Amino acid sequence: MGKPISYREAITNALAEEMRRDDRVFIMGEEVADWGGTYAVTKGFLEEFGPRRVRDTPIAEMAIAGAATGAAMAGLRPVAEFMTINFAFVGYDQIVNHAAKVSYMFNGMFKCPVVFRCPGGGGKQLGATHSHTPDIVFAHYPGLKVVCPSTPYDAKGMMKHAIRDDGPVLFIEPVPIYTTPKLKEEVPEEDYIVPFASHVKREGDACTVITYGEGWLTCKQAADELAKEGINIEIVDLRSLQPLELTAAIESFKKTNRAVVVEFGHGHYGVGSEVIAQLQEKAFDYIDSPILRVAQDQVPPPYSGALEKMALPDVPKVIAAVKETL
Amino acid sequence: MDKSVLLDWYHTMVLIRRFEERCDHLYKFEGSIKGFLHLYIGQEAVAVGTIAAREEGDHVITAYRDHGHALAVGCHPNHVMAELMGKATGVSGGRGGSMHMADITKTFWGGYGIVGGQTPLGTGFALAEKYKGTDRATLCYMGEGSTNIGYFHESLNMAGVWDLPIIYVIENNKYGMGTEVSKASAEPIMIEKVKAYRIPGERVDGMDVFAVYEATKQALARVRAGEGPQCLEMMTYRYEGHSVGDRTRYRTKEELALWRDEKDPIRTLQLECTERYGIAESEMLAIQEQVMEEVEESVRFANESPYPDPSTLYDYIYPVQEEPLTLD
Ligand SMILES: Cc1ncc(C[n+]2csc(CCOP(=O)(O)OP(=O)(O)O)c2C)c(N)n1
Ligand SMILES: [Mg+2]
Repeated sequence: MGKPISYREAITNALAEEMRRDDRVFIMGEEVADWGGTYAVTKGFLEEFGPRRVRDTPIAEMAIAGAATGAAMAGLRPVAEFMTINFAFVGYDQIVNHAAKVSYMFNGMFKCPVVFRCPGGGGKQLGATHSHTPDIVFAHYPGLKVVCPSTPYDAKGMMKHAIRDDGPVLFIEPVPIYTTPKLKEEVPEEDYIVPFASHVKREGDACTVITYGEGWLTCKQAADELAKEGINIEIVDLRSLQPLELTAAIESFKKTNRAVVVEFGHGHYGVGSEVIAQLQEKAFDYIDSPILRVAQDQVPPPYSGALEKMALPDVPKVIAAVKETL
Repeated sequence: MDKSVLLDWYHTMVLIRRFEERCDHLYKFEGSIKGFLHLYIGQEAVAVGTIAAREEGDHVITAYRDHGHALAVGCHPNHVMAELMGKATGVSGGRGGSMHMADITKTFWGGYGIVGGQTPLGTGFALAEKYKGTDRATLCYMGEGSTNIGYFHESLNMAGVWDLPIIYVIENNKYGMGTEVSKASAEPIMIEKVKAYRIPGERVDGMDVFAVYEATKQALARVRAGEGPQCLEMMTYRYEGHSVGDRTRYRTKEELALWRDEKDPIRTLQLECTERYGIAESEMLAIQEQVMEEVEESVRFANESPYPDPSTLYDYIYPVQEEPLTLD
């Protein structure tokens, strides 16, 4: 174990270690080389790995998504960076129609080990076009793995998993938690991998709170508050939205009989919608109260700060929802 | 050229400059502007010269570097500043922010945050005017970096095929964020690039408001004569970083000095006014003072304006239905 690192450093370290380990791994995206990445994730990479492996692209998301996919099919392990997930919409067709389909459509003939890095998340007053949390829009498609770590430990282990995975992985990194001091933690120096599967991140008995990504920090803070009142919630971190593996969540729910799903994207047709559908399918007899959702309101993110905040999940909203289930 | 026109241009260019310098300060030191802030300083002659050449009703649409265009079409600085502060009195009601300013009364359709995203929209305005049979043109602005995205090529091709009445104004400020034009565009000369779509292009000194105005007038005349889409490549330079916070390590101080100290559009216009048109220094000074007051007034206005009422959060998610849904 070394010194505590941030979520962002964890991703930087995973990328660098994988690049040292495997020459097939390379980085392409806008401003990833000279600039060092929009959020400085690949700072210093050009110096260490050179322009062959750290490639600045034109502003051309369709070609970034598609060329990375093609390079992956042809045997490389590209890590394509979208400056933010908002711009991945421009490359959407290549992601869902090609990256997500070639393995199946061609009967397993092709591998497609591409990683699409997508810094995302709202709440930074960037206006409607730059504040999406569209995770679910990508997670709709079997064939594409959509994952989103919530801690530095997970971020590093999941990035290594993503790069070594033979299929396409859309890797979502919530920018609001990139450097959050409260999240910093020590991570192992030796090689490790974190599975794309849900797990219990905090134990409790009062209510199961299911979340992922930046939701973990919010729920953890809510849990600390609730604990002061003697209410101990159990938090399940999904880690992966597609495939969605809910064993841990279902087991936890069978124990607590109550649940709240917390996500930062819009609630309608959201992560909660799917998780709750599966909970009632698989654990109907265990339901003691309506399962609730805390999500972004059904409104495009406004620029103005107070309005924007109103529409987003926060600690008080999580606390209120938990109490409502009790 | 009429003296009052020149002074009007001068006023707008100085207004954009001082207004944005104030924005930079507000962002960095007062925290009243948040999110992204892309400054237009250095490029003022482009927005002012092109917009001066348009007729009323001609459409204007641009990218996220849009404060200059907003002020040039005549948005009141008070309302532009209020937008930057997220106030209810802003041009977009505080919901758009720096990147998303619009004013329908000026047929200014806004700034758009997605690189290249405005180009198909502008093409659509031109389609609508041709469809309706008007002689209105569209001025569609973009950075040179946005010519590498698919939107650009699909739009220009469509405009070319349909002979749409549009001018694609490419503001070539040499960089898209930190990437110099030739590193991102296999054909670094924009007017060459558009030839593939048989769109005539002209390279213009974008630091010279007269040249910008003249070239736009002529291009508009060609558009209205039915000659189809046109391209103007405005050679210009942004003095500040891509957005607030960018320390511009990708370019040299010498390069900046070359543009700012030798070609500054405001100084060039000022010299032209005093030396060629014999306008008194005192008149120019009076305009500068007036601008300082306007800028301070905009800050005062914006500071005193209310934030949007929380009850308005859900307004306009869908447009208000104006045409009744009646059956025949
Ligand atoms: C689709 C998309 N990709 C990336 C970005 C991030 N981005 C914003 S501005 C910019 C550079 C654009 O350069 P240019 O078109 O030359 O305009 P300038 O900023 O010089 O005015 C980039 C990459 C974005 N907003 N949208
Ligand atoms: Mg540019």
